[in-house]
Amino acid sequence: MAVKVLLKNDHIEGIRYYDTYRKHGGYAAAEKALKMAPADIVEEVKKSGLRGRGGAGFPTGMKWSFLAKPEGVPRHLVCNADESEPGTFKDRYLMEFHPHTLIEGLLISSFALGSNATYIYIRGEYAWIVAILEQAIDEAKKNGWLGKNIQGTGFDCEIYVHRGAGAYICGEETALIESLEGKRGNPRMKPPFPAIQGLWMRPTVVNNVETLAAVVPIINMGGEEYAKIGVGRSTGSKLLSVCGNVNKPGVYEIDMTISVEEFIYSDEYCGGIPNGKRLKACIPGGSSVPIVPANLLFKTAKGETRYMNYESLSDGGFATGTMMGSGGFIVLDEDQCIVRHTMTLARFYNHESCGQCSPCREGTGWMYKILKNIENGKGKMSDIDLLWDIQRRIEGNTICPLGDAAAWPVAAAIRHFRDEFEWHVNNPEESQRRNFGLAHYADPIHVPAGA
Amino acid sequence: MSEPTPKFKVTVDNITVEVAPGTTILNAARMIGGDVTPPAMCYYSKLPESGGKCRTCLVEVSKGSEKDPRPMPKLVPSCRTTVMDGMEVKNITSEKVLDARKGIVEMLLINHPLDCPVCDQAGECDLQNLSYEHGTEKTRYEFPRRTFEKEDIGPYIQLHMTRCILCYRCVFTADQLTQKREHGVLERGDHAAISTLLSKSLDNEFIGNVIDVCPVGALTDKTFRFKNRVWFTKPVDAHCSCTKCSGKARLWMRGDEVYRVTARKNEWNEVEDWICNECRFEKKSAKDWVVEGPSKIKRSSVIAQGHYENTVKTPVLIDKVLGKSPKLLMNIHDVSDVNRPEIELSKIEGPAHSNDFKTGK
Repeated sequence: MAVKVLLKNDHIEGIRYYDTYRKHGGYAAAEKALKMAPADIVEEVKKSGLRGRGGAGFPTGMKWSFLAKPEGVPRHLVCNADESEPGTFKDRYLMEFHPHTLIEGLLISSFALGSNATYIYIRGEYAWIVAILEQAIDEAKKNGWLGKNIQGTGFDCEIYVHRGAGAYICGEETALIESLEGKRGNPRMKPPFPAIQGLWMRPTVVNNVETLAAVVPIINMGGEEYAKIGVGRSTGSKLLSVCGNVNKPGVYEIDMTISVEEFIYSDEYCGGIPNGKRLKACIPGGSSVPIVPANLLFKTAKGETRYMNYESLSDGGFATGTMMGSGGFIVLDEDQCIVRHTMTLARFYNHESCGQCSPCREGTGWMYKILKNIENGKGKMSDIDLLWDIQRRIEGNTICPLGDAAAWPVAAAIRHFRDEFEWHVNNPEESQRRNFGLAHYADPIHVPAGA
Repeated sequence: MSEPTPKFKVTVDNITVEVAPGTTILNAARMIGGDVTPPAMCYYSKLPESGGKCRTCLVEVSKGSEKDPRPMPKLVPSCRTTVMDGMEVKNITSEKVLDARKGIVEMLLINHPLDCPVCDQAGECDLQNLSYEHGTEKTRYEFPRRTFEKEDIGPYIQLHMTRCILCYRCVFTADQLTQKREHGVLERGDHAAISTLLSKSLDNEFIGNVIDVCPVGALTDKTFRFKNRVWFTKPVDAHCSCTKCSGKARLWMRGDEVYRVTARKNEWNEVEDWICNECRFEKKSAKDWVVEGPSKIKRSSVIAQGHYENTVKTPVLIDKVLGKSPKLLMNIHDVSDVNRPEIELSKIEGPAHSNDFKTGK
């Protein structure tokens, strides 16, 4: 069953504009929220069980309650729209076609957190969306939803759109704050956490676009009602951006109760894999989460069906599972080369490393060079172990999660597809002409008795 | 605030010290000294906000505090993590830390030119010491190393980015000593480079201090470049009456000649007082200075060669770290025929022969 929460008005023409949005129930949540006490809104979000949609999945209500509230110090809300993860484009869709949902969500959240100056830090490449957002902000201002004394409540709020300069690292919250302050986008050391000292050393909350937009249905429906969608601790709906070898790539809203198999093969969602090809591997949450082979994707190592939610996808840890991540669902069919794919990702992380801490600065480049050698048929058997060693020493030893994000794809590729790497090393000429193919990656896995 | 501030008890490698709240793990470990102090390539106690970048000082926190005894999930940078009461830290007793450090030294070195034989910093280089203590003898890196053009920043300072390990110390120094931000990092990732915008020269009375804070030979003194090896010169503490700075400096002399002037550094290789450019680059004659005496130099340092006064011995803490004395597996005197302390070599006539040593048995 498809749920429509965030995208329920997706079919309406002109929902981008204020009048249409208002006519179809827009800003009703804001009306309701402005009459509530800010603490009650935070409580409502807590009840909803909403988890951060940017990748880490941290409970949003909890994050909000950590915000320090010293007397006389302004607080800030920053919307992280620096959606740069390869494979993720759900926020773009939301901002491009539903800008008012985001602005309403921002308004409610700003009111709840007491932020009078709220920022949208948008990825530099989304140049045309800046215009869309600014137009929406203008419309909202004209109708009294932003600016001074909003709807007669005495609450002031301004939303500023700030364009990034094209760095992936600025999606990390402290680097984003540095960049927003006009400095070089280097992640800060934590602690102090942004909730204590963030933007201009003031308490700051940084949330993803989808998280803030989800505040609108939470207020509309009530936190408890929202928590009924989904399963377990994965409440609410989630936007997924699907790309790769599927018949119908695009942005889908799911309620986190469907299985991965259904998501890929049902006509309602991805519609299967084109040209009758078979599935080889999948990255379910944006490029930095571990890649899993087909046999581990549909069933967990224990033989249970894998569902599209935070818990089920990460079942088995990194050994046999993966992560929900940011929802950039990348599907690879049997014609894709895992070595080449891993090299492409390593090149990306090498290019995007900020160069602050040594393991990430030097290690990402090293991994890319080794992978390039293996891909071009110049690799050695020892290179595979060396890659494993490098990623092991990057992971967890860096300031920000970019080091981990660079290490995980390489680790997972070697963990699950080691024979493909070995084949590349052992058959340098053949590997330049053809791909390894599906091999045994889709074979049903052996489930040990009593698992 | 009448009562004295409570002290925090922190245990580093089984050695407990009491420190003031707000102290970092690194500084607590420095109070103990010796081997239990994590190496630090980017942290500089004189420069606020420095540290956390090189990751060589990573330590394992096996017990968070008395109140919350959970261990920290990841290794933490000791230079930026403050202690809690009852915290237990593992540095050289943790295999995880030593392994991570080995990896970091390897990664710091993969793009370092290793041109120590022609580098002026050799002998007083933090990276040399670090790789000697924690590195491996072989590199697994097989690719061309990153290179940069040499750059002049000002008339006295040469910037050789190829050797740089991007510790950001000079950036903080230049930032905190000058009002303008002219000196910083360009580009990012593994091609990031320390530079001034469009090769401007840095113009500040105290800018020479960036040479002293540089842990490697990326920033060198042009008045001293290729003049001498540091271990041939003798460091003496001296002062002069300078109106701009404290005037307390260290002269590196050979005979009566002053080869270079640097700021005085403490046992952690950190500058004690910034000195001005005039003292550093202009006063190159013994007449300009009042010599106080030989500087304190660590005995383990190569500079201690030929420097017999004021050498500082690092405390040996192995008994305390292990909680017992290390077991002596073999006493060399018991098995060696020639290595016998009771026989005085000066009393042997002519060249020593193995028979001379056998007589005692």
